[in-house]
This record gives sequence, C-alpha cells and structure tokens, in this order.
Amino acid sequence: MLLSRILNMRLITHNMLTSHVKGVTNGYPLIIEATEVEEKEVDFNPEFISRMMSRIEWPALVKAMEWIGKKDCLPEEPIENCEKDNDFLQKAHHALMEIEVITGSLKCPESGRKFPISNGIPNMLLNEDEV
Amino acid sequence: MSIATPDYRHLKDFPDVYEPAEDTFLLLDALEKEQNALNKLRPTLTLEVGSGSGIVTTFLAKILQSKALHLVTDRNSQATLCTQQTANYNETRVDAINTDLVHGLLPRLQNCVDILILNPPYVVTPSHELLETGIAWTWAGGICGREVMDRLFPDVPKLLSKRGIFYLVVVQENKPKEIMKMFENMEFASTVVLNRRAGPENLSVIKFWKKGTEDGS
Repeated sequence: MLLSRILNMRLITHNMLTSHVKGVTNGYPLIIEATEVEEKEVDFNPEFISRMMSRIEWPALVKAMEWIGKKDCLPEEPIENCEKDNDFLQKAHHALMEIEVITGSLKCPESGRKFPISNGIPNMLLNEDEV
Repeated sequence: MSIATPDYRHLKDFPDVYEPAEDTFLLLDALEKEQNALNKLRPTLTLEVGSGSGIVTTFLAKILQSKALHLVTDRNSQATLCTQQTANYNETRVDAINTDLVHGLLPRLQNCVDILILNPPYVVTPSHELLETGIAWTWAGGICGREVMDRLFPDVPKLLSKRGIFYLVVVQENKPKEIMKMFENMEFASTVVLNRRAGPENLSVIKFWKKGTEDGS
C-alpha cells in the first residue's frame, strides 16, 4: 500500500545550504523563518551520525535550533570525542534528523533574499538578474 | 544481491516529470553492478543532480540501506516533490532541494560528496530548446547534447570527497572519450561501467574518481 506522508526539510539539509545570490560573500547559514515545524521520530543510527559529524557545521546547527526555538537542546560546541559519545550523538541525531520545517523561508543573512520552503522543499532557484 | 526496482506508480500524478526509460534503467543496472564497491566506500553523503522521478537515488539508498544522507536537486519543483514521494513509498529517505544543478550547495559541500550522480538531458537539440520549460527540460541537451552536463563538470572536482565517485550517463553523440579526456586533465581516472544500445541511442554509464585513490572495485 502506498503511504502519502510528505517529507519535509530537515535541519541536516538546512546545514548544507548557502545563499548564492550574485555579489553575496557571506551567505551562510541561511536564517530559518519557520511558520510550521514538526518533529518526527527517526531510528537512531549512532554509526551514521558519528561519520556525519565531520561534515556538519556545528555552529549553523546550533543557530538553526535557536531559530526554531529549541536552543537548549544542543551544546554550543561539540564535546571532546563527540563521535564516540552516545548521549551527544543522540542529541545531534534529534536536531539533524527529527526536526522538519514544513513551511516558512530561508533568508540570506547578507542580502535578505528569501528562499521559500514549499511542500517542505527549499526553493533555491534565483531569477536571471540575481545570478 | 538483487535490488528491486523502486515503485514509481505515483508518477502519473506528475506529467512534467521524466518517466524512467532505458537510460534510467541502465544507470540502475550500473549501480547494482557497483554495489560492492559502493558499500565498501561507506558513503556518508550522496548527491544526485536532476533527480526527476527519484528512482535512481531511491535505488541507491536501498543499496546502501539508508546509512547515508541522500541529497538530490532538480530545478523542476514537481520533480523534487515526486522524488521525495518515491523515496517515501519505497520506505527510504531522500532530501530534495529545488535548484539548478548544484546552486546553493557550494562552497558548503566542498569535498563532502562521496557519490555524485548525473543522468543529464543528453539529447542533441538546438541550444534554444534548453530555454523551453516543461518536459523538454528533461532531455534537451543542446549542442552535442552537452550543454547541461558541461555546466556541472567544473564543479565535480570541488564537490567530491577524497575517495568520491562520479557516475555519469551519456550517449555516443556526447563524445564520451572527449569527456573522459577532459576529466583526465583534472586528475581523474575513469572507466565505462556499462554500455547498451537502446533503439537509436548508444548509452553508457561512466565512472570517474580522483587519480591515486582506489576506484572502490
């Protein structure tokens, strides 16, 4: 049977996105202006999160959590040997994999250009005069 | 291990999304052939540019048993939506971004992508057809069918991680030998994983990796 659940933008995706508006030199991280956020339980895979840590911009993830009003869920800095700390990895897992932005927008910190999130998918397309 | 072709029966709801065809299935067969190499690489992050229906990344996610982050892009918002549904119907997870090629991902994803996949619009057409919207987007490739893929090629060395692999679908008219030579000049090794004639099209899947690293096989 086909399920009809919509998948929305997770914070792990937000962590990978940069504003690319012409002339912008510091377009990261994009400011989250969320109007609808949902939490969904995802199976915890500590091995994957541990590997993923080297590809995550931690300060951007902390900011993202702050913008959606969950600042207290994450330490400001990754702890020492965080790759091996189950408790830490669980927190990172929750922030990266379980929080979804359904509607809202991502705002370029420099130009203020807003990238809408529609159907839970960030739209990074620019107009011709912005490229 | 044989991997089932993802279910994509909901595609009928998306008239402007490319329906999986011979090129798509050749790419799936190539990935299946590569499954040992892919698992050995233990990818953390994969990226498919122009995911269309989403069956390719869904299939890759099945091979890797969801132990990686699977990002996809497509400039057609219907394709990104369809891709996420394909992943969901097949009980896996893909994270879609509505954008042109990899716009908005660099420099952040510099050296982060372990597997990069491109099944581009490769059909030889007049250049102006690239500007048309709708279903022509999915196949019109302009001069030599190369105009879309040529725009991505300079970003490939930036995106790939040290042991990263790039899989590309081409037809003979795209001049695959010339593409392989171009990548050799950027310090990449390459090999044809699969080749198949389908009607008028002579299709190949080429694999590229940085010289001096294992090719994973």
